[in-house]
Amino acid sequence: MADKHIDEISGVETTGHEWDGIRELNNPMPRWWVWTFYATILWALGYTILYPAWPLVSDATRGALGYSSRADLAADVEGARTATGGIVEKIANTSLDEILADQQLSQFATAGGAAAFRVNCTPCHGTGAAGGQGYPNLNDDEWLWGGDVNAIYQSIAHGIRDSVDPDTRVSEMPAFADMLKPEEVREVSSYVVSLTGTPRDPSLVEAGKQLFADNCISCHGEKAEGNRDMGAPNLGDAIWLKVRDEAEIAKQIQSPRHGVMPAWATRLGDATVKQLAVYVHSLGGGE
Amino acid sequence: MNLYTSPALGSNDQTVERIDAQPVHPPGASRQPLYEKRKKIFPKKAEGRFRRFKWIVMLITLGIYYLTPWIRWDRGPFAPDQAVLIDLANRRFYFFFIEIWPQEFFFVAGLLVMAGFGLFLLTSAVGRAWCGYACPQTVWVDLFLAVEGFIEGDRNARMKLDAAPWSFNKLSKRLTKHTTWIAIAVATGGAWIFYFADAPSLAFDFVTGQAAAIAYWTVAVLTATTYVLGGLMREQVCIYMCPWPRIQGAMLDESSLVVTYNDWRGEPRSRHAKKAAAAGQAIGDCVDCNACVAVCPMGIDIRDGQQLACITCALCIDACDGVMDKIGKPRGLIAYATLEEYESNMALATNGGTTVIEPSRIRNVDGTFIDQVRHFNWRVIFRPRTLLYFGVWSAVGLGLIFALLSRDRLEVNVLHDRNPQFVLESDGSIRNGYTIRLLNMIPEPRTIMVSMEGLPEATMKITGVTDVPGRLFAVNVEPDKTLALRVFVTLPKEAISAQTSDFRFIAEDRSSHEQDSYAAVFNTPGAKK
Repeated sequence: MADKHIDEISGVETTGHEWDGIRELNNPMPRWWVWTFYATILWALGYTILYPAWPLVSDATRGALGYSSRADLAADVEGARTATGGIVEKIANTSLDEILADQQLSQFATAGGAAAFRVNCTPCHGTGAAGGQGYPNLNDDEWLWGGDVNAIYQSIAHGIRDSVDPDTRVSEMPAFADMLKPEEVREVSSYVVSLTGTPRDPSLVEAGKQLFADNCISCHGEKAEGNRDMGAPNLGDAIWLKVRDEAEIAKQIQSPRHGVMPAWATRLGDATVKQLAVYVHSLGGGE
Repeated sequence: MNLYTSPALGSNDQTVERIDAQPVHPPGASRQPLYEKRKKIFPKKAEGRFRRFKWIVMLITLGIYYLTPWIRWDRGPFAPDQAVLIDLANRRFYFFFIEIWPQEFFFVAGLLVMAGFGLFLLTSAVGRAWCGYACPQTVWVDLFLAVEGFIEGDRNARMKLDAAPWSFNKLSKRLTKHTTWIAIAVATGGAWIFYFADAPSLAFDFVTGQAAAIAYWTVAVLTATTYVLGGLMREQVCIYMCPWPRIQGAMLDESSLVVTYNDWRGEPRSRHAKKAAAAGQAIGDCVDCNACVAVCPMGIDIRDGQQLACITCALCIDACDGVMDKIGKPRGLIAYATLEEYESNMALATNGGTTVIEPSRIRNVDGTFIDQVRHFNWRVIFRPRTLLYFGVWSAVGLGLIFALLSRDRLEVNVLHDRNPQFVLESDGSIRNGYTIRLLNMIPEPRTIMVSMEGLPEATMKITGVTDVPGRLFAVNVEPDKTLALRVFVTLPKEAISAQTSDFRFIAEDRSSHEQDSYAAVFNTPGAKK
C-alpha cells in the first residue's frame, strides 16, 4: 500500500490507488469468500490428481480415475450402436423389397446409406451422386445395369468389371477400329447423333444406320435402346454417360473406354451395401 | 392512503422498551481487517401491514412455485395433460392453452424483455420492491427465519440460545431447525423437477428410486443451494453475491420511493424524551429504541440513510410505526419517501441547510406538522420515466399477445436440393428435388393437402406417398409432429425455359381452412440465378 488514506465520506480505508481523483475503497472481503477461494484451489489440485493434467516430456499424467476422452468416445460409439436396437442386423436379415416396404427400415437404411455413400462413393459419383463424364449420374432414370433396388444392390456388391469378384458385372464393347474403316465410323457416329440431334453431315446417316444394324444392334438393340443385361447404354435418350459429340462418339467406337467400379460387399459388409442400395434407389430414379 | 395517520395519535405516552441492538453492517468502520467473519443477525419478528403484505406475497409466490406443476390441463390424447410443462426431450413447452415449439422461443425472449422492463418500472417507481418482497432469496430467507423463530423463539431467545453452551436443549432445537430447513430445501428442489416431466409419475418414480439420475442430481443441487443460501448465508447473498443491488442503484432517481428514515422529524433523537421535554429541550420523534435495527434482516440501521445493504423490505417501517403508535406520535418516522420529498423537508427543518435539525421549524405549537411539510403522494409514481417504461412493457406485451393470436399452427418449409440442382431424365424432362417439412403444431392428427401454385406444366411425386405424378396430394401428419417429405417436381421437355422458375408449395388443412405456402425455385440447365 502506497499510503494510508481514510475516505472521508465512508470512513473506510482506501487501497491507496487513485484514478483521476477517485480512490478505491478497501472494504474487507467476507471470510466465507476467502474460504471459497481456497476451496477452489484445493479442488483444482484434486482435479489434477484425479484427471489427466500435468504435461510430461512425451505424455501427460494419466489421472487417478483413469479417465480418457478416447474411452469416452468408444463408449459413446458403443452406446450409439446399442441405441439402434439391432436395426442394422434386421436390415442384414431382410430382403431389399421388404426393407423398402417397411417405413422404419427404409428410413434408417436411407440415412445410413447416405452416410456410407459420402465416405465411399463420392470420389467418383460426387457428393450429390450426380456423377460426371464417364461416371453415371445416380439421380436420373437411366440405368446401365438396371434401376430396381436388387439390380442396384448387385452392382454395388459385386462391382462393374471388378478384377477379383467372380460375380462382377462384365461387358466389353469391341474396338471397331480394326473392323470399320474411318469413314464408316464417321457414318455410324452420324447415325447415333441423329437419334437425338442433328449430325454435322446428314447425308451419312443412311449408311450409318445400315452399319449400326450390322454391327451394333446385338448389344445396343434395334432401336439403339440399349440392353441392361450387357450394360449397354440406351443411345436414343437424352442422357449421355460421356459426351454427345460426334468426334467423341467416333473415338468411343474405335477404341472404347470402360468404367470400372470395385465390388463393395467384401469391404463394407452386406448390411451397409443394402443401405447404399436403398439410398441410391431413393434418389429419384429408382424403379 | 396517508401513511402518517396513526390510530393512536395523541394517545397516552407509553413506555417503549429499548432494545439493545447495534447495526451489524454499519457504514465504514475505519481500520477494517482484510477479511471479515460473518456477524450473526437475529432479526426480531415484526408486526404490521408490510409484514402482513410480505406474508401474502410469500404465500402467493411459494404457492405458485410449489403447486403449478400439479395443475392438470386436458389437451386430448396426443399431448401431456400438465398445465405447465417444459418437455425438453420432445422440445415442447406447454403453458395452459399455449404450446410453444423451439422456433417460437421468441415468446420466452419476449417475456424476459417484459420481465426486464417490469423490473425497471417497479424499481423506478417503488425502489427495490423486487428485493424486498418477491426475490426468491428474500422469500426463502423469510420462510427460513419464520421456521427459526418458531423453533428457537424470537430475537432475544435466539441470541441467548446462540451464546449458551451446547446442551440437550440447544442440540435438539438446532437439529429440529436444520432438519426443517433441509426438508423445505428438498421440497424446493423437488418442485423444480416437476416442471420438466409429468409431475405425478415423476413423483412416484422419484420416491421409488426409478427416476433418472439427473432428477436426483437436480434435487440434490437445489437442496444444497436453498439450504446454504436461504438458511446459512442469507444477507451475504444480497450484499456480496448479487449484482442486482448495484444495477438497481442506477434505476433509482429523486422521485423513486425508498425506505427512508425521516431525520428531519426524528432528530435530535433522545432516549429520555420526557425528561428532555421537561427540561425544555427541543427533541425529535426518534426515541432511539432501536426497534428498526432489531427487525432488520440485513442487520443495518436505516437511520444511517439509504444504503446498498437495504433491500427495502419495510419491516423497519412496521417496527417504527408500532413504536410511534405507542408513544402517540404520527406514523411515518421511517416511511416510503422520495428523495425529493425528503430533501424538501430537510431543507425546512434545517432552514435550507444553514442550521442543525430544529424540530420547531417543522411543527406547529401543538406538535402537528406545518403545512409546508411534504407528504407522500401517489402521483410521484406517474411520471415520464415510469410511463415510458410502462409503455415499452405494454408494447412488448401487446406484441406478444398479437403474435400469439395470429401465429400459424400449420407451417410448411421447403429446402431445394442443391446437389444436384436439377436432374436430366432420359425423356429430356428436368427434375428438381425438394425436402418439404410439414409442421402440424396442434396435438391432433391432420390430413394436409400439398399442392403447387405456378409452373403449370410441372407435376410432382412424393416419396412414400405416391408414384403417380400429380399436383395435389393428401398427406397424413401425426399430432404435434413434423413430417419431412421428399418431393420430386418434373417439368416436361417442351416446357423448359432457360430461366429459373418461381412457384409455391401450398399446404392446406381443408377442415380448419388453415393454409401456409412457401416460395420455391425450379432450376433448369443454363438457368442463371
